[in-house]
Amino acid sequence: MTNEQLQHIRADFPILTEKIYGKDLIYFDNGATTQKPRCVVEKIENGYYHLNANIHRGVHFLSQKATEAHEAARTTVAEFLKAEKREEIIFTRGTTEAINLVATSFGEAFCHAGDEVVVSVMEHHSNIVPWQMLCERKGLKLKVIPMNESGELDLDVFKSLLNEKTRIVSITHVSNVLGTINPVDEIIQIAHEKSIPVLVDGAQAVPHIPVNVVEMDADFYVFSAHKIYGPTGIGVLYGKSNLLNAIPPYQGGGEMIATVTFEKTTYNELPFKFEAGTPDYIGSTALAEAIRYVENIGIENIAAHEHELLIYATEQLLEIEGMRIIGTAENKSSVISFLVGNIHPYDIGMLLDKLGIAVRTGHHCAQPLIDSLGIPGTVRASFAFYNTKEEIDVFITALKKVVLMLS
Amino acid sequence: MTINELQDNIIEEFSMFDDWMDKYALLIDLGNSLEPLDEKYKNQQNIIMGCQSRVWLNAELKDGIVTFQGESDAVLVKGIVSLLINVLSGHTPDEILNADLYFIDDIGLKEHLSPTRSNGLVAMVKQMKMFALAYKSIKQ
Repeated sequence: MTNEQLQHIRADFPILTEKIYGKDLIYFDNGATTQKPRCVVEKIENGYYHLNANIHRGVHFLSQKATEAHEAARTTVAEFLKAEKREEIIFTRGTTEAINLVATSFGEAFCHAGDEVVVSVMEHHSNIVPWQMLCERKGLKLKVIPMNESGELDLDVFKSLLNEKTRIVSITHVSNVLGTINPVDEIIQIAHEKSIPVLVDGAQAVPHIPVNVVEMDADFYVFSAHKIYGPTGIGVLYGKSNLLNAIPPYQGGGEMIATVTFEKTTYNELPFKFEAGTPDYIGSTALAEAIRYVENIGIENIAAHEHELLIYATEQLLEIEGMRIIGTAENKSSVISFLVGNIHPYDIGMLLDKLGIAVRTGHHCAQPLIDSLGIPGTVRASFAFYNTKEEIDVFITALKKVVLMLS
Repeated sequence: MTINELQDNIIEEFSMFDDWMDKYALLIDLGNSLEPLDEKYKNQQNIIMGCQSRVWLNAELKDGIVTFQGESDAVLVKGIVSLLINVLSGHTPDEILNADLYFIDDIGLKEHLSPTRSNGLVAMVKQMKMFALAYKSIKQ
């Protein structure tokens, strides 16, 4: 990406010119949420001003227009994930709700006392707690894939965890703490040899690397719009249609029904069966706009630029005395978790904030991972394609100053 | 000194600095010079969990006076713990219960006590008052 291209991109994100305590904002908390380009915000505004009517049920012009926009968004998402059928795309409130949906509905259909669910040690709480709740409800056991010192999953142990009691494997594509890009293709292949379906949590992957659910052969793939420059409150569940047809609805209400009588209700077909209530058609169209924006720049270009930032920042960080980078997998996304000496991450984060630099500190909603590493948490800098090497330079200078204050 | 006199002293000390970095340097100094809490008090009963950092608080009542000791694993938090102990320790339960802690706001460190920071400090202030309330009921 040339400097000129980068400046054009930055101009699309008005928030990047904000001042924080009088200093230029440096936003390195993209793993938590990404900023929104103007076109996405305008899509939302335009939606409410010119497109707003409840969908799928009105006979009138606006309702028809809103319905078409919502369904066109579904097609955009399907093409983005390279899904075969558009009805395999279910809109949810986000990654968390998508995993809860699968844990509940798949659990209801296929899981029984004594069965097992496999997750990994590096999962976000969103990919742990819904399964624990299922385990408690139905008497299942949760099995955990460990990792090595670099933060790569131990696939030999993974193989040994799979048996005739394993009902599903639920695994993150990219770790939100370590940045590790997991070999999901291989993991899925191993699980499929034993006919075990796999859910992939793509929240940290879709903004950064190309995803093809068919090639990957994922049974379920989930992500959130707000992590890929789209709005908050909407996300996606991709599921193979045979599986989605085989599991019961998650919530009941409008939209998801075919016929309702007090004696018996029949359910709508895919995807509506899983979309009870008025869907977020403004959010879906804004998500589609965000996807188009990303595709315009090109996900490969994004990945290349972010990788450059990752390498550049890692090299400079390692020059700081006492620097310890948590997560050094060979295949790594643009997330750097670190600690300096014995300094508490909170102290570093608070002082960096005073210098206008937004990073995240703490356990990053992955307490089991942080506990397994025996650390109090980490400072995490996570980059997006609008970040620059100049910002990294400012960040490094600030970090050195902060470390000096705290040492 | 009364609780308010102690607060006014802190405000005066911090008012010498215009720059936030100097204020934070002072806070770091205070944190580093806080007497470490005896390991036996760093137990599950005394821990106040924050999302970001941990705070331990121990209280004792002697001759109608409450003394506090505390610690945190983050030095900025420890600095504020030190200030809170400085202000509230050595007073009667009634004085602690009635204390209006205006100094944090005044010295420009309010953000650390914001409930959204979840660093355990809001819970610590609450816990200090709870101790006072408990000791007050023992006394009566």
